[in-house]
Amino acid sequence: MFRFLVRRVFGALVILLIISAITFWLFYAVPRDPAMMSCGKNCTPENLEQIRKNLGIDESIVMQYWHWLSGIFAGRDYAGYGYCDAPCLGYSFANSQPVYGTIMDRLPLTLSLAFGAAVFFLIIGIGAGMLAASKQGKFLDKFASSVSLLGSSLQIYFVGYIAMFFLVGELGILSQPSYTPLTDDPVAWVSGLLLPWLVLSIIFTANYTRMTRSQMVEQLSEDYVRTARAKGLSKRNVFFRFAWRGAMGPIVTIFGVDLGVLIGGAIITETTFSLQGIGRLAIESVFKSDLPMLLGVTVLAAGAIVIFNIIVDAVYALIDPRIRLA
Amino acid sequence: MTSTEQQPFLSVRDLKVHFSTEDGIVKAVDGLSFDLAKGKTLGIVGESGSGKSVTNLTILGLHDRDHTSIEGEILLDDKDLLTATERELERLRGNKMAMIFQDALASLSPYHTIGKQIGETYRKHTGASKKEARARAIEMLRRVGIPQPEVRVDDYPHQFSGGMRQRAMIAMALVCDPELLIADEPTTALDVTVQAQIMDLLKDLQQEFGTAIVFITHDLGVIADIADDVLVMYGGRCVERGTKEEVLRDPQHPYTLGLMSSMPSLDGPVDVPLEPIPGSPPSLLNPPTGCRFHPRCAFVEKVGGGLCSSEQPVLAVLDGRGSACHLPKEQRKELFAESAAIRHN
Amino acid sequence: MSNAETLLDVSGLTKHFPIKGGFPISRTVGAVRAVDGLDFTVGAGESLGLVGESGCGKSTTGRLITRLLEPTGGKVLYKGQDITHAGRRALAPIRSEIQMIFQDPYASLNPRQTVGKIISGPMEINNINPAGGREKRVRELLEIVGLNPEHFNRFPHEFSGGQRQRIGVARALALDPKLIVADEPVSALDVSIQAQVVNLLQKVQRELGIAFVFIAHDLAVVRHFSQRVAVMYLGKIMEIADRDDLYDNPRHPYTRALLSAVPEATVEDTPRERIRLVGDVPSPINPPSGCRFRTRCWKATEKCASEAPPLVQVEGNKAGHLTACHYPETDDVPSPRLTKSPGAAA
Repeated sequence: MFRFLVRRVFGALVILLIISAITFWLFYAVPRDPAMMSCGKNCTPENLEQIRKNLGIDESIVMQYWHWLSGIFAGRDYAGYGYCDAPCLGYSFANSQPVYGTIMDRLPLTLSLAFGAAVFFLIIGIGAGMLAASKQGKFLDKFASSVSLLGSSLQIYFVGYIAMFFLVGELGILSQPSYTPLTDDPVAWVSGLLLPWLVLSIIFTANYTRMTRSQMVEQLSEDYVRTARAKGLSKRNVFFRFAWRGAMGPIVTIFGVDLGVLIGGAIITETTFSLQGIGRLAIESVFKSDLPMLLGVTVLAAGAIVIFNIIVDAVYALIDPRIRLA
Repeated sequence: MTSTEQQPFLSVRDLKVHFSTEDGIVKAVDGLSFDLAKGKTLGIVGESGSGKSVTNLTILGLHDRDHTSIEGEILLDDKDLLTATERELERLRGNKMAMIFQDALASLSPYHTIGKQIGETYRKHTGASKKEARARAIEMLRRVGIPQPEVRVDDYPHQFSGGMRQRAMIAMALVCDPELLIADEPTTALDVTVQAQIMDLLKDLQQEFGTAIVFITHDLGVIADIADDVLVMYGGRCVERGTKEEVLRDPQHPYTLGLMSSMPSLDGPVDVPLEPIPGSPPSLLNPPTGCRFHPRCAFVEKVGGGLCSSEQPVLAVLDGRGSACHLPKEQRKELFAESAAIRHN
Repeated sequence: MSNAETLLDVSGLTKHFPIKGGFPISRTVGAVRAVDGLDFTVGAGESLGLVGESGCGKSTTGRLITRLLEPTGGKVLYKGQDITHAGRRALAPIRSEIQMIFQDPYASLNPRQTVGKIISGPMEINNINPAGGREKRVRELLEIVGLNPEHFNRFPHEFSGGQRQRIGVARALALDPKLIVADEPVSALDVSIQAQVVNLLQKVQRELGIAFVFIAHDLAVVRHFSQRVAVMYLGKIMEIADRDDLYDNPRHPYTRALLSAVPEATVEDTPRERIRLVGDVPSPINPPSGCRFRTRCWKATEKCASEAPPLVQVEGNKAGHLTACHYPETDDVPSPRLTKSPGAAA
């Protein structure tokens, strides 16, 4: 198990390195000169040259990438702008701030959105799926299946605006989405994010209902489930201890993928609900041509997805001894 | 069922199991009766779709209740299993009656250790502690011939070889000393040398515990090795029954005869073609009228009068011996003698 | 049959499947020695049976000689031509002469193609246009395998298991092969249907003069079908002989044990010899030293552990009867099939 994890982390680092290099190279190819933007209106060629030097963009791309990379571990001095502590993901000239700090300010919101919604859609989705599986072919099963089909065909910007219009505007049941850090005020944290969580759940739940149902139905027809019944174990016991155990693996796998989708889809979610998370930060950086910030967000998002994948693999191995002990 | 003065321990009376499917009603078992005494082995022979496996899932009450209609009686020690509640059945399963299956890898949970799966059955029925259950699991593994049971008890099924898995499954089935063991093709997936080991093991354990065994197989060779009595099934019905000696030495039904002459042997004549049964097993959705075997039977003409296709032959049983065929007994001897299976047996 | 033209000549045939593992960087850490040095020949029109238990390498052998797999070592000569490592182009003309029949008649036919398309597929691929057209040939082939020639427009699911295996046979025959490798062709079928297919294969083999390598675990079926039989164990041939020599006079303890383990549908007044091997087949990743069978053999000595017995004609064997054993069973002990008293236990 330990070996397995070490190998996966090692692989993840290689992937991150490749992603950052590609992103770095792509941004370098963009015909925008950060020094020009930073130089302002009264720019002289001498000034410009100096700024270029300070930014380190007078060097070759390979050297620039190397400096960026070593900055993550050692920190980096941007002469004339300030020192960027390790882990330094670069310096945003548009904000006159190290990238890392800005990202860390915005990240908790995005994570709160993703994990909060995940709690909702996992509980509702898996619950409905198990219920449907236990009532195979009956009304409840058909009802859950049709509702989930409807849910999965909806889009966040559609459901989001409708929900805001009715629940916040017309009925006033929920408050306008806002973010208060969990550590400051847990109640405000929940009430501020409840609407986006619910809207995300509507869309994501469907997947889990269908997946859980089909996995449970499949597992319930497995020979080992029949054996468990032949041993005298009750239906309920077999349902939760045997079939559910087998159904969990694939659900964990799609959950890993969905976490990535949630982080990657933060751009749309946060725009819909006017929340200031990583997604909005990415959009703002695009508009401001804040390339260092964009690079930082991209690498960070990639890193998050890679880490989720490792966790998913580890959980999978914990669930299934055939993988753990292979 | 024959040579026994003992009370039958398991008694199946006119069992009918019909499934409703989208395509219609499948008559998987259509009027089956048999008895089994303690310490005896009944071999049920049949091909795919003969209803042999369905019969045994029904005895344990493991059929799909929503889509199945059942008639008849299944008496285990005078208790009718078909009218028993789910609760009562759960108390009997794994305890008084147990089952082992063909594919041990698929039939054991991949997520739990062997020891846990054996111990679980024991705990459920005896209320033993975890520690006691583990000790019992080790004892059972030793009994079925698993080396180093103290170590292997913590292994998962995929860490066992095919033969050891089947042994572990037998250990699990026998952990509560059941009085009835249903074995559904338990050796079919195994290599011959391992199959021989497992059959020896079952015979030894039966001697030790006096278990009644229902042994389902498609292989007449396995039947010859393990069974006391034989029941041949075709298309959901019993076509012939008797002691092993009676059925194998003197088959009375054309289907039994056909099975025997279509099997290649290790010492029969070799340069003549086998004598297969023409056609394929019947569909149970739409079974043939009359005798279900008649479309494949070589002797329909001999009976004549369209009797075979119009009227279901009665299984006349005397002293446990019987067959369901319209062909007059006197004629069978002569006609069957022409078959190779009889010649070199 | 030993005088017939040699069609297939296999020597030292080896296939090792690498096992990836290691830490922290994955590399090859070992090998599954599925096939480990086989020598045998198949004459034109001859049928050779390959028997053995699971993991003995018989199926891999079938895939090696049809070159679905590339051997790790050794040589495969087809009509004298070395095809051991031949590429796609070099194999093309030979592919049509060596055909394969598979175990699972359900999985090996494309469910979306009509039977006619399935059977004529090999002709299309090899751009062969028989006289009278492909459809006529398909009808002929259906007739040969005992199916209604008018059914060429039907789909596989409309046929029963036995009929599907007949379709598989027809497809194999489409290119007039010289050699057919049949990998467990009847083991997925019901007993009453098995005999139909065995008879069909036998008819094909005899009437069309096609050589067969018949791979199976069922000793009775192999006996019925094959003229020569090789018994495999853990990637090696333990014994190879003409059918009657092998079944009536097995010299290798493994062959003897295997034969005695087969349950027969007869009721005998006196029990047959029973040899019960202990334990399971060892892993082909780490096979026993010396003789591979020694861990389950009741005769094994030090010599068996240190020295692998060569596959030779031991004293008392007929020509062509080769046995790989240091302590072969002796002639005066009759075949286990004929013994009336309980014999050596394991």
